[in-house]
This record gives sequence, structure tokens and C-alpha cells, in this order.
Amino acid sequence: MNTRRQFLASSATAVAALATGAFRARAADMPGITDTEIKIGQTMPYSGPASAYGVIGKTESAYFKMINEAGGINGRKINLVSLDDSYSPPKTVEQVRRLAEQEGVAFFFNTLGTAQNASIRQYLNDAKIPQLFVATGASLFADPEHFPWTVGYNPSYQTEARIYGKHILATKPNAKVAILYQNDGFGKDYLTGLKDGLGADHAGMIVKEASYETSEPSVDSQVVTLQGSGADVLLIAATPKFAAQAIRKSYDLGWDATRYLTNVSQSITAVMKAAGFEKSKGLITGAYGKDVGDPAFKDDAGVKEWQAFCDKYLSHTEFGDLNASYGYGAAATMAQVLKQCGADLSRENVLKQATNIQNLTLPMLLPGITINTSPTNYSPIRQLKLAQFNGESWQLFGDLIAG
Amino acid sequence: MALFLHQLASGLALGGIYAIMALALVMIYQATQLVNFAQGEMAMFSTYLAWKMIDSGWPYWFAFVATLAISFVGAVALERAVVRPFAKAPILASIIVFIGLAFIFNACAGWLFGYSVQSLDSPFPGRPLFGVGYISAHELGSIFVSFVVLALVYVFFRFTPLGLAMRAAAQNPASARLVGIRVGWMLSIGWGLAAAIGAVAGMMAAPIVYLDPNMMGGVLLYAFAGAVLGGVDNPWGAAFGGFLVGGLENLMGAYVVGEEVKLSVALAIIVGVLVVKPSGLFGRRIVARV
Amino acid sequence: MDARWNFFARLGWVVALFLSIAAPFVLGSYHLYQLTQVLIYAIALIGLNLLTGYNGQISLGHGAFFAIGGYGVAILTTKFGVPYWAAIPAAGAICFGAGFLFGFPALKFGGLYLALATFALAVAAPQMLSYKGFDAWTGGAQGLQLGKLRAPPWAHVSADTWTYLVALIAALALFGFALNLVGGRIGRALIAIRDHAVAAETMGIDAPLYKTTAFGISALYAGVAGGLSALAVGFVSPESFTLPLSLSFLVGIVVGGLASVGGAIFGAFFIEYVPNYADMLSVQFGESAKALPGAIYGLLLIAMMAAAPSGVIGLIRKIVARLFGAERA
Repeated sequence: MNTRRQFLASSATAVAALATGAFRARAADMPGITDTEIKIGQTMPYSGPASAYGVIGKTESAYFKMINEAGGINGRKINLVSLDDSYSPPKTVEQVRRLAEQEGVAFFFNTLGTAQNASIRQYLNDAKIPQLFVATGASLFADPEHFPWTVGYNPSYQTEARIYGKHILATKPNAKVAILYQNDGFGKDYLTGLKDGLGADHAGMIVKEASYETSEPSVDSQVVTLQGSGADVLLIAATPKFAAQAIRKSYDLGWDATRYLTNVSQSITAVMKAAGFEKSKGLITGAYGKDVGDPAFKDDAGVKEWQAFCDKYLSHTEFGDLNASYGYGAAATMAQVLKQCGADLSRENVLKQATNIQNLTLPMLLPGITINTSPTNYSPIRQLKLAQFNGESWQLFGDLIAG
Repeated sequence: MALFLHQLASGLALGGIYAIMALALVMIYQATQLVNFAQGEMAMFSTYLAWKMIDSGWPYWFAFVATLAISFVGAVALERAVVRPFAKAPILASIIVFIGLAFIFNACAGWLFGYSVQSLDSPFPGRPLFGVGYISAHELGSIFVSFVVLALVYVFFRFTPLGLAMRAAAQNPASARLVGIRVGWMLSIGWGLAAAIGAVAGMMAAPIVYLDPNMMGGVLLYAFAGAVLGGVDNPWGAAFGGFLVGGLENLMGAYVVGEEVKLSVALAIIVGVLVVKPSGLFGRRIVARV
Repeated sequence: MDARWNFFARLGWVVALFLSIAAPFVLGSYHLYQLTQVLIYAIALIGLNLLTGYNGQISLGHGAFFAIGGYGVAILTTKFGVPYWAAIPAAGAICFGAGFLFGFPALKFGGLYLALATFALAVAAPQMLSYKGFDAWTGGAQGLQLGKLRAPPWAHVSADTWTYLVALIAALALFGFALNLVGGRIGRALIAIRDHAVAAETMGIDAPLYKTTAFGISALYAGVAGGLSALAVGFVSPESFTLPLSLSFLVGIVVGGLASVGGAIFGAFFIEYVPNYADMLSVQFGESAKALPGAIYGLLLIAMMAAAPSGVIGLIRKIVARLFGAERA
């Protein structure tokens, strides 16, 4: 009895000493980090109009689960706390405050949405909490001068549209261009980028612009209007459902136009299949990820790795979902950053490592595309490769283009 | 001219879908004085069931009929179990219940079937008819089906004893009971019919707008607009309103105001019509005893 | 019974007042932020209740007035440098005007048509807000960033606490005004119009005037709430004001209790906390059920209506009557 009591007493004092000493110092330097855990915060639209993107959060959680099962990173397990914001900025603000102030997360990873990320950017920068790899292609998030704690991820929409504009100038200099775009930040970025790519002196090439709201059932009417303008080039800056409608309608109308498609809607299984493979022939996109529905990648090592991951941690549905493979890559990027941090997981160092990625390759990125960041380059993915759909797969052509 | 015909054709195709949704809404409204906000989500869920069946290999028309049957039975059960208990509660309480049902159907569809866009093949042959691309085969078929549904419903209510009983139960429940009509069951059957009609709307819409859990939100909105425009106490007026909204929406967007404010303008027009004709174009002027 | 009820009502108000003043000293910043949201929703719900509960005009579009208020404050503070304490009443006044104007055509519509017309308003609001012609003012799809509401140096409180106190003062003022309104002649007139418009007119009540004014006042409340929300969140965009917001206002007043000023508080708590609660519950179902919060929320709505069809206030009334015996039927 006595010995046990003595033992307990002495170990209690030892623990207390340790706690007040080393632990507390570390906890103060590294919020959200304990000896065994790295707590990461995220908001995703699991419900509401953008719920199709919720699978990204689901995939990332599964990825970190896989890492944890293999022992974690430098002995610490990753705890991704992913909350639903229904794609509504006020709710995003609320959830982020909860994660930061109540849950005490170390930093934020891959929060989704342009307006959503914009709504929390000031708060996170003021509080010096890293807002890493935001899941949006809006160019305003690669601004190290004003918002040093916010790092982008997706290739910029404006860059992509600029690439299309330049390609039009190069291949069809006398074209009449029409654009269908979603009436929000995403779609409007494409409009801006296209105008940029064509240049001010060719601005007259755009003969018709038509926008749509996500609350509308169909964009058929817009496509008819665009065709009526006599355009022979069409840029479809639409999310998957509306892109499929536009592709199908433009074919059904017998409109012989060169069609460019945003890479957000490039998934063969989600979009081309719905629109019809025959009707999707000739589409051009600027791709950066491998599409599993593409027969060209049937025996690709990266795709096989992704397949094995899905078999074990997700399901067949996610395997064919471009959003899911995107999440897979983003989570891998995050894991790389954490590895680079080593023992110093303070917010400053996490940001430092996140802006110090050199030539990282991921299994689902197109060959040749690498991830790079630096203190002046907050856009990790800048390269795209043009591809054309031949009814079966996306045929890559040309060189890697950097934006 | 070609442009105009294209716009008109696609507008009428969607308009037909709005028309039959408006009909379903008005049917329930006439019987219960309640607007079923969950009608769209129920239709979407039915369409997913159809998709699942077709995906598993069932032939289209077989799945079509099976879906109608399941929707009918399901809605009858839903009415008895969830809606009927609130019959005596304040009207807004029932409205909240419908909003709750809409959330449930939407979330369950996403959970069970995923959020990726799915396609439902059209039962009508792919090649455009008459060799011109003015109207696709599916659009024509969809308009045709809309008319068939409207005709069948009309015949049902006008010429069958059950239809007569349902009309009586809706117009004057007390007197209907006195002549031996089971008013409660008439209500349930009304719900079943409305759900079946909604399922048809969903299945006609899916090849055009594609299937995802948020498919019917926009459709329901325009169906409301059509019902209001045509008059909510007149089923045929509401259906006409649906066609009108579909055509107007496209033509206004293309020719008058541009696509950017199409939605706002369409809705402003409806408000405008209501100011002039407060019961809708074909609604009855209700004269109430003071 | 009425005297008993009045006693409880007054007691309830005193307790609420005490708790709300004590809150900043007890709660952490995040919880205080949530409570600020509750106050904001409560103001909007009072406004809607005045129109729908007391006056019988069903509006499904109050999210639009909330948006006008929010954008009004955002534009006034960021583009015109108006201080926030002037911007909020200004936004409220603009909304009063908008609501009053909308009330005129609304006079002609019967209940359902008004509901659907306001529903249309709620759906069209985001599109009108992102109209490119207004981009220079509204910031278009990117939205507008408002500066954080900083406390004045003499107050020695955090920005969060200051925001909460501003919201509290606004809420107290508006609640007081509402209680005064419904307890007096105007309130009785509104209820009379709701219950039997023709009889009310024969008694000399100018129904059109009261109805349009009711619309204006309820829009004013929603606008002030929207303005406060813009300041608290620090950001406005078209996506912040979509249809679900309007629907949640309707849910709030029905759950709280129609024709009840106090009910707005219960309703506000419901719409602020229950979706988060549904989130937590759905986690029990495992990873794949991330979508289920919507279904759980729907179930909770239905359960709420089953348990309390006249709202929380109605339930409390019943309990008080049960406990203390009804002196009148």
C-alpha cells in the first residue's frame, strides 16, 4: 500500500512538473498541436447547392486516416475536423470561429468556396492562422503581400481562361467568340481571363456573353441565344450539371463551334457520359489531373494507387469522381508540408513550409506537372496542358503551359 | 426565325414539366389549402428510384410504371403518417412540416445516391425529328407526355366516380361525408396522385436538366410561378401558367432583357400580373360572406 | 389566467435581460459571437412576426430585406465612410421604404399569392445583388469586406464584446418598441385586420395604411438585423442571402410562436443552434453520413411541430395554464 501510494505521489509530482514545464511551453508555441495529434480545421459544403463538393472533405479525411494507420507524421496523428457550412459565407465564418476559438485547431486546410474563403480571410490573417491551400481557383487568394497567411491551390480560373484566349488567337484569329458563364465569382473569373487572353485590341472577338444562376433548372435557352449570335467558338464556364446541359444542347442544335470547357467540369464519368460521348467530341480543356475514365490512363501507376486507396477507404463511386481525386492530391500536398515541418509545428513554420514546396509530384497530376510554392509564389499549381476529347478520352496535345 | 423557334421549343418542353408540377401543387392546394413545398424533392427522389431501376437493367417503361406505383403508395403512406396528424394544427405548422420533409428527401437522396450528376436516358429516339434541330425528340416527347398527363387527369376527375368523389371531398368535406364519401382516403389518394404526377415530371425533366439531388429546386420555383400566374384554384389555369412561364422565361431572356436578369424579370412579371388580376389569369374571384 | 401569464412574461423578460447583460462576462468569444447572431435573428424574427403573426400577411421573402440592410450598411461604411452607428438606422430607413412600397401591391394579394410573390423575391434577391450594373457598389460576386467593428478606446472591451453590446442595445430598443406597438392600439388594429379585415374596416380602421405600414416596419427590423449581421460577420456577398435564409426566418417565427414578441427569442435560438446540433447528431452515423444533417434537421422540424404546433410560447402557455389552473376556458 505505502509503496504504491508513494509511487503514485511521486509520479504525480513528476507529471505535474513536466506539464508545467515542457508541455506548457510547447502548447503555447504550437496551438492545436499536442505530442500525439495535429488538429486541422476545414469547412466544406456538405449540404446545400454545392454539396457535390462535399466528397472532397470525405476523401481528405480518408487520406489522413490512411496516414494515421501507418503511424502518422513524425509520430503524430492528424485529426481533420471538417464542418459543414452549406456554402453560405456567414455560416463559414461561424464554423471557422468555432474551429479556431473552441476546437483550437492549428491551421485551416482546403476550405472550399470563393466567397466563403473571402469571408474568413481577414479574420485568419489578423489572427495569424494559416489558411492553406484554399479550394478555389479565384486569383484573389494568391496575394502574399496583403494576405501572407492565405495560400492558394487550384490553378487560377483566370489563368486557365487566358490560356484558352491565347489558343483562340493562335488557332482561329478571326473567330467570333461566345461565352456561357455561371453568374458568380467562378464564372466571372473566366470572363475576365478570356478578355485578358484575347487582349484589349481583340476584345471585339467576344460577340455574346450569357450567364446563368445555379437556381435555374436549365441553360438550354442561354445556349440557343449564344448560337444565335453567329459565334463559332464557345467557352463553357459552367459547373458539371450545367456544362453537361450546354454540351448536349450545343450538339443538338447542330452548332458547329469549337468548344472550350473549364477543367472543373472535365470529368468523363460525370459530364461527358451525361452529355453523351458523341456529343462531347472536340471539346478542349486545360487539364492538370488525370481522369480515371480516360482509357489512356488505364494502366497508369498513379491511377492504380488511387484505385487501391478507394478500394480500401472509400468506394467505387469516389474512384470515378474528379472531385475526390482532387481531394486525394490536396491531402497529399498537406501531408508533405507536415513532413517538412518536422518537430516544429508552430503556425509560423507551417506557413513557411507550405510556401516552400519544391517540385512535388502527385500520383494523380498529369506527368510533368509539379507543385511549387515560394514566399512570392502562392499558387501551387500553375501548369496546365491542353487536351481534346475524341469521344473516348482526353488527348493531350501541345506543351505544358504555365500561367 | 430559327432562333425564335428553338427558344420557343425548349421553353415549351420545360414549360410542360412546369405545367404538370403546377398541376400537382394545385391538386393538393385545392384539397387541403396547403402548398406542398416538398413536392419537388419528392419528385426528385422518385426520379432517383427510376434511375436506380434502369441502371440495374430494367427496361425504361417498366421502371416508369414501377416508379409511379411506388410514388403513389409512398405518398399515400406519407400523408396518413406525417401530414394527417397536423390537419388540425395552424396552417403554418403544416408548412414547416413540408419544409422539413423537403430537407429530409433532399439529404436522403444525397446520402443514398451520391451527389454526382447522373443522366437518365430519354425514352424517345435520339435523332431530331423532321430533320431540323428546332426541337429534339425528347423535347417533343416531353410536351406530348405533359399533354397526356393533363388529359388523363382531366378525364379522371370529370368522368370517373372516384374523381367525382375526390372533387366533392375537396370542395365540401362536410357534405361529402354525409353522402358517404371517405374524405380522409380521398385526401390520401390526392397526395398519391400528386406524387405520381411529380414523378412523371421528374422523369421527363431528368434527360434535359440532369439528375442530382438539387434538380427540382429550380423547376419547383417555376412551377409555383406558373401556378400563381394561372391561378391556384384552377388546375388547368395553373397548367397553362406553367407552359406560359416556360415559354416566356426563354423568350424574355433571349430577346428582351438578357440572360443576366432573366429570373428577376420573370418574377417581376408575375407580381405585375397579380396586381392586375389578383387571383391569377384564370383564377376565380372568391366572394366571401362577411 | 391573464394576470398569471403577464407575471410570467414579465419575469421571463427580466431573466432574459439579466442573462444577456451577464453574458459577455461569462462566455468566451466564440459563444458570445453565437449569442450575437441570436440577437440579430431575434430582431429579424420580431419584424417578420409583426407582419405574419400579428397581421396575417405571410412573407417568405424577408431574407431580401435582410440583404438590403446588410448591403446597405456595407456600402455606406466602406464606400461612403459613414460610421456604423449611423449606417444601421439609415439601412433600416431604406428598408422601411422598400417594405412600405412592396406593401402596396401586396394589398391586392390574398394570403397564398403574397407568400409566393415574396418567395419569388427571396429567390431573385441573390441575382439582383450580383447584377453587373451594380458591381461598382456591391463588389459583385466577390462581395464586400467590412472592417472589424472595433470598440472605442474608452470602453476597454474586446471587439467581439463591443459588437455584442451594439447588437444588444439595438435589440433592446427594437424589442421595447415592438412590445409597445403590439400592446397598444396599433397592435390591436393589426390583429383585428388579420382576424377579420372587413369587420375591422367597418370599425374605422384604415386597413391599407396599417397593412403597408406593417410591411414597412417589419422590413425595417429585417434591415437593421441585416446591417448588424454584416458588421458581425464582416463580409457580405450574394451567396450570404439565399432562399434558405428566408425559409429559416419562417421556421423561426413558427417554432418560437406566432403573434408573440418573446417567441422571437426562442425562434432565434432554434435557428442558430439546432442546425449545429443536427450536425453533431449526424456524426454518430459515421463518415458517409456527412450529408445527413439536413435530414436530421428536417426530422427535428417535424418533431418540433408535433410537440408544439403553436410554437414554444404556445407550449409554455399550455404548461402555465396546466400548472396554475385555467380560470377562463
